[in-house]
Amino acid sequence: MDTLLQQIINGYVQGSVYAMVALGYTMVYGILGLINFAHGEIVMVGAMVALSVVQLLINSGLPPQLVLLFSLIISVSVCMSLGYSIERIAYRPLRKAPRLAPLITAIGVSIVLQNLAMIIWGREYLAFPPILPNNSHRFFGAIITEVQILIVLVALIMMGGLLLLVHQTRLGCAMRAVAENPTAAILMGVNTNKVIAITFMLGSGLAAVAGLMISARYGIVHYYMGSILGLKAFTAAVLGGIGNMRGAMMGGLLLGLIESLGAGYIGDLSGGFLGSHYQDVFAFFVLISVLIFRPSGLFGGRIAERA
Amino acid sequence: MIRPWLGIVIIAIVLMILPFFTDALFGRGWVRIIDFAMLYIMLALGLNIVVGYAGLLDLGYIAFFAVGAYCYALLNSPQLGLHLPFWIVLPLGALLACIFGVLLGAPTLRLRGDYLAIVTLGFGEIIRIFLNNLNAPINITNGPQGISMIDPIHIGEISLNKTYEIFGLVFSPVHLHYYLFLGFTLLVIVISLRLQDSRIGRAWVALREDEIAAKAMGISAAKIKLLAFAMGATFGGLAGGLFAGFQGFVSPESFSLTESITVLCMVVLGGMGNIRGVLLGGMLLVALPEALRHGSGPAQQLLFGKTLVDPESLRMLLFGLTLIIVMLWKPAGLWPSNQRKSELTANTGTIARAQQDS
Repeated sequence: MDTLLQQIINGYVQGSVYAMVALGYTMVYGILGLINFAHGEIVMVGAMVALSVVQLLINSGLPPQLVLLFSLIISVSVCMSLGYSIERIAYRPLRKAPRLAPLITAIGVSIVLQNLAMIIWGREYLAFPPILPNNSHRFFGAIITEVQILIVLVALIMMGGLLLLVHQTRLGCAMRAVAENPTAAILMGVNTNKVIAITFMLGSGLAAVAGLMISARYGIVHYYMGSILGLKAFTAAVLGGIGNMRGAMMGGLLLGLIESLGAGYIGDLSGGFLGSHYQDVFAFFVLISVLIFRPSGLFGGRIAERA
Repeated sequence: MIRPWLGIVIIAIVLMILPFFTDALFGRGWVRIIDFAMLYIMLALGLNIVVGYAGLLDLGYIAFFAVGAYCYALLNSPQLGLHLPFWIVLPLGALLACIFGVLLGAPTLRLRGDYLAIVTLGFGEIIRIFLNNLNAPINITNGPQGISMIDPIHIGEISLNKTYEIFGLVFSPVHLHYYLFLGFTLLVIVISLRLQDSRIGRAWVALREDEIAAKAMGISAAKIKLLAFAMGATFGGLAGGLFAGFQGFVSPESFSLTESITVLCMVVLGGMGNIRGVLLGGMLLVALPEALRHGSGPAQQLLFGKTLVDPESLRMLLFGLTLIIVMLWKPAGLWPSNQRKSELTANTGTIARAQQDS
């Protein structure tokens, strides 16, 4: 029972991170119908920038909360401008091009970012200073650390804020309009270019937060961390129905839980034949089975059905 | 009508002497690179059937390459103690890959566009993870270490791993593999060309352009799509078998998502659906990183007098930049087919579509 609860907690925390990253994929997809393959690398850049800021400030005598806040602000703004530039340089000129063209530029951007990060920060695993409180609490026999609680809280706040933004503000209204029908949105006086740029910036900001959170949790940053995380988050977005924001959140949480429970129990289920290193197989297997029975994802909405 | 024949004869002569020419001019390493380029071209042509002709975005294509390679490796190495002849193992690997293609294709026929992409991606990863972990409890694939000491390719009495001398010309293993791969590449090109204009090829294009209209014309969508997956996978398996025999060693590392993406880049960069474009893309994407590998170190020496940046990172950085610049400059690929107005361009309610409609 204890292990079950522990796996659920771990899965939920991991899922919160997936959900934050998946939102970036799904917002861009909802508006442009484009898989932003470089999104995972933005998470990595966010983590790297945060690491550099923390390293710079950690011995300056500032309280850790302030250091954290600074690193958060700087990494979010760096990632936002990065997201904006990527959209401007690599995607905007290709909006009328065949659909696979932006996919290739996205792959190009992700290769460039990865190798730039390798040149700047090196190819070793870097240790992230333990700046967040890492005390653990016992909770019905399971262990939960303060970092984990913080991740879940931050993710909830970010996602709630995003939902409010999209459903309650004029900007959100414009975003929904562009996703629904770009031509009509232009006719209604929506500045589509601006809305798309803001969408990219919002997604990148979320990615930066996710990058900081995940490196604070595991205490390790690596130039290659983005691609795997991005792949998982993209899977989560598709699982929930890509283009659908609530779907991405649920898909992220679900994927985290599936992975953690799958890794924990796959050995018992298969009679010891398959070990926990089949964790990723489990995640993809669930994804494939879901898509076979529900081809537009679990919460697939309007956009998915038209695809 | 002497002209077309003249062209073919010239190309044939160039292809025949190419390895010796390269060997003399650039060194034997480049002959090896050409050999690998041909393997990649076979893969790209196979993927071109799935993505270019039939318009099904496949992000896990390298899995079929892996199936072919592991089939060859298992049946021709001390791993299982089997040593079967080349002409049995190679078709077997292609057939096995074909079966995997159908297995992947059958359940995913209902999916479209990006959903298909992520499922194929997942499939590719699943195959790789299994190859990585099937060393316990029964050791089949030898896990991350991979299978080594794979028998070299034997054709009749000739072993492709030995050096022969005929009429004073030295045929080293890379030269012999060159001619074998050239034969197979030509075979794949001919099949692709013939398929393009066949009933099946036109059915693929029809499905790509408009599935509903194609169905109304009496095309069995499920059968035709499965055929595309099966054909593409067969070429992948074929290339995989040749790869295993050439390399003498296979490990799961060679079949990562990056490889799938590289092959996809060849197809898209060259020009989807156009065989000449795919050939161009394949050659460029193999030659470019190699040229950058050899060039980026010395170029820095020349410019700054010292090596500022690790040449390996710089190489990939420039590679990524090239992908971006070429795509921005020629969004339909370097050498696009005239016919291609892919269904992929307009089916997701994107801005691109709305602007085309208006």
